[in-house]
Amino acid sequence: MFLDFLFYVFATILLMSAFFALFATNPVINVLFLILAMFYSAGIFILLKAEYLAFSLIIIYVGAVAVLFLFVVMMLNITKKSFKESIQQFKTPLFLFGILLMVELVLLFLKAKNVMHHDELSHLAFESFDSVTNAHAIGQVLYTQYFLGFQLVGLVLFVAIIGAIVLVYEKRTKVKKQNITKQLLRTKKNSLQIVKFAPIVKKEESES
Amino acid sequence: MKTVTLNHCLVLNGILFTLGLLGALLNKRHLLMVLIAVEVMLLAVNLNMVSFSYFLKDYAGQVFTVFILTVAAAEAAIGLAILMLYFKNHGTIEVSSATTLKG
Repeated sequence: MFLDFLFYVFATILLMSAFFALFATNPVINVLFLILAMFYSAGIFILLKAEYLAFSLIIIYVGAVAVLFLFVVMMLNITKKSFKESIQQFKTPLFLFGILLMVELVLLFLKAKNVMHHDELSHLAFESFDSVTNAHAIGQVLYTQYFLGFQLVGLVLFVAIIGAIVLVYEKRTKVKKQNITKQLLRTKKNSLQIVKFAPIVKKEESES
Repeated sequence: MKTVTLNHCLVLNGILFTLGLLGALLNKRHLLMVLIAVEVMLLAVNLNMVSFSYFLKDYAGQVFTVFILTVAAAEAAIGLAILMLYFKNHGTIEVSSATTLKG
């Protein structure tokens, strides 16, 4: 009963903070409310017995992605005045269609029956991982059946890293830098020149 | 949880997803807000996956949530990099300023 109460509390705060994250005017406030929404959805994850995902949501999303958002918000010069001046075309129909979609979804999900009939127990069922923790069970599924997907997700992250670096990297021309290849390719042959010449003897000095 | 059923979770996720959609559509200010709205929508999808996983007693949903989390992180990184480039080139990130292809 207490957990149910907790679910409703988390859901309410999650929806409110998502609303403020999307419709507040100050971008920093938006990102901070997004962080709050992520914390409360992590709470719902814990209620749904997905502890590993809850913690990875906090660590990855709040710790990395949301902080990245904050950095970008602070790096960009966003003026608040543009809100009023920008053209608000199609605002009413978009709002109406969105609300319509929301009402439809809510009615559909409230009326939906027999959604959760799950006759044949799959081998990924909770029961087959009864004695182990959530993270252990996810690992057992992830590293066996979904191993290809796991590898591909690693590839996606790799591509994302390279893409982000390539996009934002700029070569600085004003700074003098050490060119390591050039330095290592220098040999005695192409950099040192030995010139032999006979010693010059000044006759006038010897005479005097 | 006893009285909370799958339908409650689905209603919550539907509302959250539609909020994110509305935020992306109605927003005429920053491209950054569109990215935040996409994050909210991905959060709703993740919640949906996990609630199905819980109520169907199946770990596949949680595994796919792990995948979605990773892809969302990659998407955020690339999106913010593009945003930085856009700001560097145009000096603004207003949605209404992105009209280069308009002709």
